[in-house]
Amino acid sequence: MASDRVFGLVVILGALAFIASALQIPATFISDPVGSKTFPIIIASFAAICGGILVMRPDPEPEWPALATLLSLLFSVVLLVGYAYTIRPLGFLIPTAVAASVLSYQISPRPRFALLSGFGLSGGLFVCFKFALGLGLVAFPRAFFG
Amino acid sequence: MDLLANLALGFEIALSPWTLFLAVIGCLLGTVIGALPGLGPSNGVAILIPITFTLGLDATAALVLLTSVYYGAMYGGRISSILLNIPGDEPAMMTTLDGYPMARAGRAGDALVISGVASFVGAFLATVLLALVAPYLARLAYKFGPAEYFALYMLAFMTLGGIGSNNQAKALLASCIGLGIAMIGLDNTAGGVPRFTGGNLHLYDGIDFLVAIVGLFAVSEVFFFIESHGKGSAIGVKLESVTIPWRELWVTRWTMLRSSVVGFVAGVLPGAGASLGSFLTYMMEKTIAGPSGKFGTGVARGVAAPEAGNNAAAGGALVPMLTLGVPGSGTTAVLLAVLMTLNITPGPTLFTDRPEVVWGLIASLFIANFVLLALNVPMVRLFVKILSVPPALLLPGVTMISFVGIYSLTGSYFDLVLMIGFGVMGYVFRKLDIPTVPIILGILLGNQMEDNLRRAMILSRGDWTYLLSSAISIGLWIAAILGFLAPFFLRHMLKRPVAPDEANED
Repeated sequence: MASDRVFGLVVILGALAFIASALQIPATFISDPVGSKTFPIIIASFAAICGGILVMRPDPEPEWPALATLLSLLFSVVLLVGYAYTIRPLGFLIPTAVAASVLSYQISPRPRFALLSGFGLSGGLFVCFKFALGLGLVAFPRAFFG
Repeated sequence: MDLLANLALGFEIALSPWTLFLAVIGCLLGTVIGALPGLGPSNGVAILIPITFTLGLDATAALVLLTSVYYGAMYGGRISSILLNIPGDEPAMMTTLDGYPMARAGRAGDALVISGVASFVGAFLATVLLALVAPYLARLAYKFGPAEYFALYMLAFMTLGGIGSNNQAKALLASCIGLGIAMIGLDNTAGGVPRFTGGNLHLYDGIDFLVAIVGLFAVSEVFFFIESHGKGSAIGVKLESVTIPWRELWVTRWTMLRSSVVGFVAGVLPGAGASLGSFLTYMMEKTIAGPSGKFGTGVARGVAAPEAGNNAAAGGALVPMLTLGVPGSGTTAVLLAVLMTLNITPGPTLFTDRPEVVWGLIASLFIANFVLLALNVPMVRLFVKILSVPPALLLPGVTMISFVGIYSLTGSYFDLVLMIGFGVMGYVFRKLDIPTVPIILGILLGNQMEDNLRRAMILSRGDWTYLLSSAISIGLWIAAILGFLAPFFLRHMLKRPVAPDEANED
């Protein structure tokens, strides 16, 4: 119940912001009868109506995970963002092994298996991508080689 | 005969060693992906797209590879349905109803063979029908102007959520969100005004739909597995011997043929797709057989019908995608993304300008079907072993492949973070029971939908009644409204059957 209501409100606010942003779009000298604003405003209006329906007639509450699981999910998101930013400066192998091991441990808490899958995936995928598919991946940070 | 000449052209391309090789690889990969619980045709194709592009395959090759994966995943989806009672993907859900009871009665091998042959019959007939129907529809599509296209997009968005989701407001909302995301970027009709970019230069080109697809379909999956700790994985599934139950195959022949035709039609309808195909065919056969058919207790016809139906629907869904550029299902939406990235505009002109792409694809599908029959009947035991790959290895692998794929395609951190964002969005939306396929379709088609609306308005000098000025567009609008309203009534009539486990208890 509550989830759909909250989400409906978020949608309505988002739609209003979208419309406000659409109204700011400057008109240009190339003009067509519809213009840059109309279609986005139509979409946002429909979205706002749907949001209103969700607020008024919400579905049964979905099963949200417990707090511990939620934190673990949050951690995995942070981990993936970190992975995204380290893959180039640190090379492919190390960040991939770390990220894959942690994800594996999060899915099934068996440390040895997780480490093995992490390193196995890192090495295996590197060989696949680099040599079988010919993608230009860098194995280690360039600094290692001066 | 045009058709024969076209097919000859197609087979000339499809039988070249390189194309043949790609088709076989695609079938293998597809069956593996389909068999793995948690991976289905749409996310399977999604994670392979970026890699395919980085390989620099040409249009025909990329399309052959990815549609072979698509067909393969449709075949493979039944394996985990039958052995584990977990559908490998949504369309395979109906196969659990009779497939799993058969497996529990010690007839897993029979169920796999019957469903494999049914998949072949469905997919093969659908490919024949595709070759026959698509050129006609493509010719009809020449009559489509901007107003008709706008109505067609309306039809797709109105029907897409329909039967698949439980709440029309949520399905429509998902379409709006997708369309809204498509608006981000420069507005080229008005000479390049930035819209909804918040001044962020990364957003000027708009959001790459591949980033959204991989995020929503592949990355979100890893979050679900972290939450569930990979429950329902399949350690210790055994399949003893596989023999071919000739008699039962012969008994189910009419079931397979009927289901193929119904499945194909369900697939052609925009937005309906394979899930509807398997659902309708199962219900149809159950009604025809009556109570003496013992559907739900593990009968051959109950396995044959949904498998013929969903594979035929997979072929049918290619028809609107190729001829009109409007996909009939989630996976064809992903394939449309492939075409658009390759700079191929689907639609009637595709059939005249690039016949080698269309007919090469159709010929490859014929070949893929035979390859898949060989893989899925005599060699099915090989794929059963794949079910025991633990999710703690599989899902990190999928995530890493997604990252490498998007990174090598776009080379930007921003897109990787955006992909993670779409992954989180996919998780939250699926929790809230909001369908994600309309979002993808909205992102893919949003700009074209707006363009067609604006072109129609330029033609009519701002007269909105122009949208309803031809018979085709009025028909499409009526179909769109009916398609949106129908689920309200049908939902009460077509209650989904209970899962086999619950069914056995009462």
